[in-house]
Amino acid sequence: MKIMVAIKRVVDYAVKIRIKSDKTGVETTNVKMSMNPFCEIALEEALKIKESGFASEVIAVSMGPAQCVDTLRTGLAMGADRAIHVDAPATLFPLSVAKLLKALVEVEKPGLLILGKQAIDDDCNQTGQMVAGLLNWPQGTFASKVVLDKEKNVATVDREVDGGLETADLRLNQPRYATLPNIMKAKSKAIKKMTAEELKVEMRSDMEVVQVIEPPKRKAGVIVSSVDELVDKLMNEAHVI
Amino acid sequence: MKKRIAAVTSSYRLLNQKNHASNRILHHHRRFNANFNQVIRSSSTSEGVTHHCGPVPLKHFLASCRWDLQKSSLIHMQNMPIIQQRNFGSVASTIVQRNPLFSTINHDDIIYFEKILGVKNVIQDDEELQPANTDWMHKYKGSSKLMLQPENTDELSQILKYCNSRCLAVVPQGGNTGLVGGSVPVFDEVSGVLVCDAGCILENLISFLDKQGFIMPLDLGAKGSCQIGGNVSTNAGGLRLVRYGSLHGTVLGLEVVLANGNVIDMLGTLRKDNTGYDLKHLFIGSEGSLGIITKVSILTPAKLSAVNIAFLACQDYISCQKLLFQAKRRLGEILSAFEFLDAQAMNLVLQHLDGVRNPLPSAIYNFYVLIETTGSNESSDKEKLEAFLLHAMENGLVSDGALAQDMNQASSFWHIREGVPEALMKAGAVYKYDLSLPVEKMYDLVEEIRIRLGAAANVVGYGHLGDGNLHLNVSTPQYDDTILAQIEPFVYEWTSRHHGSISAEHGLGLMKAEKIYYSKSSGTVQLMASIKKLLDPSGILNPYKVIPPSLLS
Repeated sequence: MKIMVAIKRVVDYAVKIRIKSDKTGVETTNVKMSMNPFCEIALEEALKIKESGFASEVIAVSMGPAQCVDTLRTGLAMGADRAIHVDAPATLFPLSVAKLLKALVEVEKPGLLILGKQAIDDDCNQTGQMVAGLLNWPQGTFASKVVLDKEKNVATVDREVDGGLETADLRLNQPRYATLPNIMKAKSKAIKKMTAEELKVEMRSDMEVVQVIEPPKRKAGVIVSSVDELVDKLMNEAHVI
Repeated sequence: MKKRIAAVTSSYRLLNQKNHASNRILHHHRRFNANFNQVIRSSSTSEGVTHHCGPVPLKHFLASCRWDLQKSSLIHMQNMPIIQQRNFGSVASTIVQRNPLFSTINHDDIIYFEKILGVKNVIQDDEELQPANTDWMHKYKGSSKLMLQPENTDELSQILKYCNSRCLAVVPQGGNTGLVGGSVPVFDEVSGVLVCDAGCILENLISFLDKQGFIMPLDLGAKGSCQIGGNVSTNAGGLRLVRYGSLHGTVLGLEVVLANGNVIDMLGTLRKDNTGYDLKHLFIGSEGSLGIITKVSILTPAKLSAVNIAFLACQDYISCQKLLFQAKRRLGEILSAFEFLDAQAMNLVLQHLDGVRNPLPSAIYNFYVLIETTGSNESSDKEKLEAFLLHAMENGLVSDGALAQDMNQASSFWHIREGVPEALMKAGAVYKYDLSLPVEKMYDLVEEIRIRLGAAANVVGYGHLGDGNLHLNVSTPQYDDTILAQIEPFVYEWTSRHHGSISAEHGLGLMKAEKIYYSKSSGTVQLMASIKKLLDPSGILNPYKVIPPSLLS
């Protein structure tokens, strides 16, 4: 069985996000870009499944401009066997990505498709569900544990539900580091380049970004000097007691 | 905000050092320190046996303080009816006899200080004084009874003038005051010169510059609490020194208040200025013993976005050396840090710090090296670093390694190296040495100490290999004079014999004032003493530190 993993190049998790001055989007020039942390977890899970003998090959795929190849290299250095880069404009909406993934699944015919829960740049959390719908495949979302049964060809997925643990699915696994021997091996692994036309996907966007603005700034806290003042503020300003 | 914005400048605390009875021992072992990190590293215990060392059970600590308080309050009844005081009862074998020439604080002094600073900034409360009298490791205890918090150069000048005339000893201290919220740095983005008040916290300056696209030329673990004035007066080294050099190179100007209260304006912003003696250098690294820095102008490098970090394993020390030699040639202009730690240090970090995982778990290696590159082009820098690392691997210099793929991984690599001091603290008692040595000899010392101490101690070596700076740490379950006798003076003699320095970046402070001769000739020390006498004739600034007190009396 092959496993396909979608990985996305995003502004690094640790970078403070800045809005472009013309409000058309997020500033990405001269900003550190890395693999989306949730995609890292997805890839780690695929590699673990392969290591335990349930899969024969892990294919990393990414879509976007030429620099996506760097992110795919990271995936190969972590241990993916080969990669596919679909050349596309920088701004892709979830439905377009889902259509491209569907086309890639039809070409590569993987037995399992693993995606990170969401990308940390737009936080959409839509692509996985859309591609499952387009393929008419069963899906498990927000996985915190994945168990495969080879004989029955069944995957059992645990997911965590409400309770305020938004990052609970980060607990699925801890992604591995790219070690030098693996970086060396990755040099000889193939990254196939494809286009949307080849995959017969029409890159039409039904969405338009009107404006990107920062959320309102949080007001600075105040230090109160007495319990009475605190009670007064809670009562008359915050209206919570 | 009142009128603080312009007025808030230096937030040094002045600690009047004094003791209540002339025949008692002054335990004021606190080194001039604006910088927590400096405390961690410097107040090493060569001399010390104290029951406050290491992780102290809180109850025990409080109990002992209370006892001290009762005991000393009896004494103050006799001697000093007005001023609250406390004698810290920690035991330390560096015993400083209080200089009888210094006056003790009286009621008139307090009134005078309150007139200048306002009642709020004249602190006599024991609870508030306690943190200022204690170092980060709880090893050195001061017995100051008064803390002053001047907000600008003028106030500081008046205080010093008064203290000098009254012969009241003063310990300048920065760090952890949090007074500088309103302090606004001035920045010239063409030249990259930053002019700021001494009380600015390093991390605030870093984030101020970040918005302008620049960085501070120094970075250290204590950035969240240390102040630039303290960094400069201790000539703090830190992690980026291999790339940007020491503060003697990057500080362009200073404003300093001398012991007599005179304000000396050397606050130039020029890179080149050969007019007469460059006196600012006297104050950089003099640990507050010649004057108190109130303003700093500093040259800041442009912020470069492409940072790559590799965590590597080497089988032996000679490989680490060869790797450094190669890195300087092949990574040249982008190399920004070259740090190392040995297997013992790595084990401590993995054992004692939460959430740290070994990037190279497949085997145990003798040495780990962290290489950081900083440049302007992500892809070409990464390509260069990868090519270098793969070459080093093929030649057997590197046994294994990992390359950080995002900033999260990068900071987890840094966390291992920066976490060593904290892990040592958690492991028990620790004897710390900060030595400059020729790189090829550096690790021999660690091995010799390891043989000398045998199973009695865990001897750990780590540090800034790129700068030839070794942090030699000896970790034991408790402080023990017999262990200390095995280490000292051996370490100092060994360092001196190999033409090293007994203090690479931590300074001398109290602990090593008498040890200065291991690294400096007697003629040099004499000249230093003459300068000290010239600038601070009454010796009120940070007494007993840096220069052996015997030379100054």
